[in-house]
Amino acid sequence: MIIVGAGPAGMRAAEALAAAGIRPTVIDEGQLSGGQIYRRQPVNFTRRYEALYGADAKKARALHKAFNALQGRIDYRPETLAWNLRDDVLHIVTDGVAAALRFDALILATGATDRLAPIAGWTLPGCYSLGGAQIALKAQACSIGARPLFLGTGPLLYLLAYQYLKAGAPPAAVLDTAPFAAQVKALPDLAVRPGFLARGLMFRARLRAAGILIENGVEPLAIEGEGKVAAVRYRTAGGTERRIACDAVGMGFHLRSETQLADLAGCPFLFDAATGQWRPDADRDGRTPRAGIYVAGDGARLLGADAAEAAGRLAALAALTDRGMEVDMAEVARLRRRMERLDRFRRGLATAFPWPARLACAVADEVIVCRCEAITAGNIREAAVGKDAPELNRAKALSRIGMGRCQGRFCSSAAAEILAEARNVPLAEVGRLRGQAPIKPLSMATVKGERP
Amino acid sequence: MQADIIIVGGGIMGASAAFFLRRRGKSVILLERGLVGQQASGVNFGNVRRQGRYLQQLPLANRSRAIWDRLPELIGEDCEFVASGHLRVCYTREQADKMEAYSQDARDYGLDLEMLSSNALRARFPYLGRETIAGCYDPSGGHANPRLTAPAIGRAARRAGADVREEAEVVGIAKAGDDFVVEVKGQGELRAPMLLITAGAWGGKLSALFGEPVPLAVHGPQMTVTEPLPYRIAPTIGVSTPHLHETVYFRQVKRGNIICGGFARGPASNETNRATVLPEAILGQMEQLRRVMPGFANVSTIRSWSGIESYLPDDVPIMGPSATTPGLYYAFGFCGAGFQIGPGVGDVMAELIATGATTTPIAQYGISRFASLAP
Repeated sequence: MIIVGAGPAGMRAAEALAAAGIRPTVIDEGQLSGGQIYRRQPVNFTRRYEALYGADAKKARALHKAFNALQGRIDYRPETLAWNLRDDVLHIVTDGVAAALRFDALILATGATDRLAPIAGWTLPGCYSLGGAQIALKAQACSIGARPLFLGTGPLLYLLAYQYLKAGAPPAAVLDTAPFAAQVKALPDLAVRPGFLARGLMFRARLRAAGILIENGVEPLAIEGEGKVAAVRYRTAGGTERRIACDAVGMGFHLRSETQLADLAGCPFLFDAATGQWRPDADRDGRTPRAGIYVAGDGARLLGADAAEAAGRLAALAALTDRGMEVDMAEVARLRRRMERLDRFRRGLATAFPWPARLACAVADEVIVCRCEAITAGNIREAAVGKDAPELNRAKALSRIGMGRCQGRFCSSAAAEILAEARNVPLAEVGRLRGQAPIKPLSMATVKGERP
Repeated sequence: MQADIIIVGGGIMGASAAFFLRRRGKSVILLERGLVGQQASGVNFGNVRRQGRYLQQLPLANRSRAIWDRLPELIGEDCEFVASGHLRVCYTREQADKMEAYSQDARDYGLDLEMLSSNALRARFPYLGRETIAGCYDPSGGHANPRLTAPAIGRAARRAGADVREEAEVVGIAKAGDDFVVEVKGQGELRAPMLLITAGAWGGKLSALFGEPVPLAVHGPQMTVTEPLPYRIAPTIGVSTPHLHETVYFRQVKRGNIICGGFARGPASNETNRATVLPEAILGQMEQLRRVMPGFANVSTIRSWSGIESYLPDDVPIMGPSATTPGLYYAFGFCGAGFQIGPGVGDVMAELIATGATTTPIAQYGISRFASLAP
């Protein structure tokens, strides 16, 4: 059995498989296990857990400890990319050497990345994703700027602003595209995780106490600067245009699942209308309709780190069950109940921090949407209307949108909105970009290693 | 609904035929099951290459090459066609001799090639690897963007008055009296006295309906592309070798990406509509590409793709009139080498259908060479 990803879902899946006497292979792109939220610092760094993970220190310590204890009982492969998948064989590359691993069961715990929307000027140096800005801080104790501005929506927006404040780089402002009313409306659902909600409110209060401007319901107009970020111009909820000076921007609109391997495996996908995103179809335990393929954690559904731990265990138990092994059904029932409760939280997040579909639709023709290939919104509209592309893959063929290094992982949300709007059809109708190997750029110096 | 000609299959052959038939004043309905140029026409390497084609095909390739130059004038866009040269290189003396002989013979067919010694090769293309010992250069060769070409020709055909129907699946074809009756899913029956089958990998199923089965095999090209790099490589470059695994080729587009192919053919199916790039082929292709141009070791592959190409056992396409059914014509099975000749095939088929004869010889492509397979 193979697990891809060593974040909370992958680590807990490995633990459950090892406990059943299976020696899973764990493929991790990172240098050290932990994933994003519980990312470990480089070995020569010595910050304490409390400094690194704040209120999550206890969880981080427990998870790291549990995974460390698996040493010898799992085949852990750090700094390894799972670049391709075909016919129950996973293709990996480690340090330039490719290998092919046959599997009976594959648990995809591939996590999520920032969901981005183009804004005029977002390609200026000094503009980062929220996740990237957090990794800089967490892994390397680096700030993206002396006066960063955080823009977008989602729980990470406030967490990150607070972390930067604590680290000594007070944000120039926190600009949330979600209206405050949406966050109030989501309170009952968010209250499923009272601790999480309380912390969100605490971040807000601390930021305000430090004199940091927080605005809800903004419409970002442009990130401005000559050669680098110098200011953000936006319209307030009340309709006033404002400009705030800053030297860096962290932006993001909640998250998107990393689903390329599930796609290459041939898993069917479902359209989730609440978030306007496609996700691999799976039952409540993470079992996909494609035999032997399981999905867990944020790579399957955006439920956050706590749910990822539960989902990782559930997927592992499902894989064991399907292999005819006995599992503790009481635990399965407990985990399922936990997942159901947390699913309500997911809906709350979608309500509180909605994806700004209108912002993406309205982006001006000359703004670059696909950063990898420098494809503008106008290019997409030309493919949609002038060249009659009815869906995303045709628009890709005709305009190159999503053809670059990231293969549409960061532009396809916005591209789909632009295409649907230009064609005047519902978002689901323009479909999703088909995954193509390699799922991340693969060095052409790669040499073949062991055979399956 | 009635027209002079119904064309089944909207790849580069069908779209070009529709375009040139309109220029000859014929009324045309073009039926495409998916989107124009979505199958083999859209996923191939994009080589606008005459060099290396078997000699008897050069007249057709020459006719097509002239059309490539006129694309902007004919269809209003260039489809990123650049006549930036085509270079074949080889690793052995024996292969160099074969290239030399070909270059002599090709001259009689109007194709002027220049043999390059090892030194000349390195002086002109310093990025080539030490293993390449000779080259043969065609300054008139080049490449174009296949994703854009057939759709652009299809749009031009539509502007010229052709009734181009996408997502129009043919569910029945029969001959009733002088007319072919074509039933399209959800659209009813269409009639025309002439029918042209340009359905690529699906062409054999249709020819079999008229008692003309062909041994069509399907394979998937193994295509990859690098990240964008500074534009340095003008010509399309391919390895000339008798070994399939050594047969790799690449071209750099002006925006910087290098498109690569070769090493193997992958599995494809015209039933499931799937074609695969084999993971092993991606790695094997990289190894071969590093032999031709060692600098490949410093860049990354960012994407791979395949498609459904159809091949005949003699590597010769099917083109021309049916031997069983008056008014029926074929142009399919282009054996992975149809892109460059596509516009020419459309032009020749239009000429044949409109006048009953062609100025370019096409007898060698006749479907009757497989007549022994008929039931």
